[in-house]
Amino acid sequence: MNTKTLMYIVKRIFLAIVTIWVVITVTFFVMHAVPGGPFTGEKAVTESVKAAMEAKYGLDKPLGIQYLTYLKDVVTKFEFGPSLKQRGRTVNDIIADGMKTSAKIGLIAAVIALVCGVVLGSIAALRRNKLIDRIIMIITTAFVSMPSFIMGSLFLILFAIKLGIFPANGAARNGLVLPVITLSLYPMAYITRLTRSSMLEVLGQDYIRTAKAKGVSGMKIIFGHALKNSLIPVITYFGPMLAGITTGSLVVEQIFAVPGIGRAFVNSITGRDYPLVMGTTIVLATLIVIMNLIGDILYKVVDPRITLE
Amino acid sequence: MDITKLSAQVNLEDFNPATDEEKEYMVQMRPSSTFFKDSVKRLLKNRVATVCFFIIILITLAAIFVPMFWPYSYDQMLGMTPGKPVDNTFNDLKPFEYGRSELRRMEAGESVIPHIFGTDSQGRDYFIRVVYGTRISLAVGFFASIIVLIIGMTIGSIAGYAGGKVDLIIMRIVDIIYSLPDMLMVILLSSVLKVVMEGALDGTVLAKIGSNIISLFIVFGVLYWVSMARLIRGQILSLREQEYVLASQAAGAKGKWIILKHLIPNCFSVIIISTALQIPSAIFTESYLSFLGLGVNAPMPSLGSLASDALNGISSYPYRLVIPALVISLIVLSLNLFGDGLRDAFDPKLDT
Repeated sequence: MNTKTLMYIVKRIFLAIVTIWVVITVTFFVMHAVPGGPFTGEKAVTESVKAAMEAKYGLDKPLGIQYLTYLKDVVTKFEFGPSLKQRGRTVNDIIADGMKTSAKIGLIAAVIALVCGVVLGSIAALRRNKLIDRIIMIITTAFVSMPSFIMGSLFLILFAIKLGIFPANGAARNGLVLPVITLSLYPMAYITRLTRSSMLEVLGQDYIRTAKAKGVSGMKIIFGHALKNSLIPVITYFGPMLAGITTGSLVVEQIFAVPGIGRAFVNSITGRDYPLVMGTTIVLATLIVIMNLIGDILYKVVDPRITLE
Repeated sequence: MDITKLSAQVNLEDFNPATDEEKEYMVQMRPSSTFFKDSVKRLLKNRVATVCFFIIILITLAAIFVPMFWPYSYDQMLGMTPGKPVDNTFNDLKPFEYGRSELRRMEAGESVIPHIFGTDSQGRDYFIRVVYGTRISLAVGFFASIIVLIIGMTIGSIAGYAGGKVDLIIMRIVDIIYSLPDMLMVILLSSVLKVVMEGALDGTVLAKIGSNIISLFIVFGVLYWVSMARLIRGQILSLREQEYVLASQAAGAKGKWIILKHLIPNCFSVIIISTALQIPSAIFTESYLSFLGLGVNAPMPSLGSLASDALNGISSYPYRLVIPALVISLIVLSLNLFGDGLRDAFDPKLDT
């Protein structure tokens, strides 16, 4: 790794930190710009009770002080404070709970997408313009252009309601099967197309022809030469894929009632649970930013031919 | 001819000036063609893009004109007639079924326009709701892209032309906004803006459009201009070095003139392509937000909110989800394919 690459990585990490800070700041001030405090929706409370509540949550201090305290808590202690609507639980508890489920389905979906995508993409490339290639390309085009909430809803109709194979509720037994499949479809289709096009490019290279001329067997060419080199774009897609799965989980968890962090985020917004909104936004945003960061760095490290700006 | 001679053997007559007749013979006139005409010609040759274009036109025309003559309106509950009790037979009709009073009218020999897609749980004709939802979704996509275009073009061209510190500052801001997780920010901002706007809009013309759509436009204006600005800046950076800009500067032209008259017209193809591809992404975002319940204000339908509402009665009325889902997919897919076609046609340098 040369100094230029190192400089790029340092710059990129710095940008990521600034981005996360911007997210925290924007979220904080946006949530405090909402007219009416967090207690307006409650049953009529007397002025003194309200004042006591505000003092308890530190809402009586000037906005600047509140911001600095919040920033300090988040950065140093990773502490998001108590939830307003779910009594007795802190935002940290809710996020940790949701994260367990979300991380599980997210990672399984990522692995499925990766394995199936690479296999299907290789098959399509090796059988270029044959029937199987056409079928794979048509199906992946459909998957790429269909919004995840539509895909999820259609699966819900088909597998949960019409066929009854899997439960519609994500909390039930086997309930995570459908959300995982829904989440994995878009990245799978994308990886298939990615693998296919880069495999085709690699198969046209001179060293493949040389290997063929030397009499290397077909299997050895594919696994020893072609596949390894055509996986570069796929590796670099890994970061954005995880970020995309995180965003996709917002709606998929809603459809299948999965008790994950995406659902907590959406529910906190509709339920106006401000600390929870801030907490989930910051955690999800940080995850996405970090995944994109890893993707960008991998992109430069894996293929040194890529010129740095 | 004597080939042993080393000197050039030429026929001197070949060097005579051409006569007018010969000149006439050599000239091949073809009507001059502009860049735009060429591109349109290339576009028409692309069969996929042309078909998609016609699908889009068809859907757009239907979305605009069908509500004008259709006897039902999107918010009319058919079972409700003033001064009479609510007629529940109109609720949850299957396709091509009729309410009680309609059946009576049909027995009397009147013709009743059928409910092609049935009605929803509140007795509203579902067909017209889908058409109206398509209209809203298309309008949101179109106007959001125009907003993105205007902001991105202005800032991008200023950054590209000014260069130096201005460029540096603008591009750092662009970098940060670009790396923000967009969906999260869109959901957060639009949910908050919605609340803020509700009070501010009362009594103005904009109140009719609804606070949610206005806030959606604002969010788009704030977040999505960055990729457009980046594109335009990149184009202008290279165009700025062209001789005609130097000539214009030498003739005393000011920055604004050069940007508007020379640089932007030359970015035309980039602008068209990315605007065309922005529309489906805006439609997609709107339907995503509507699906989460953050989109258009009820009772106004959009394709996303129709799909979201359909989830409640999904086991009995799955077609209510399938229909808007199909329309969204069709619109987004054809706009994307059309945009790809535009890119191939309008960007001859991009040889793929």
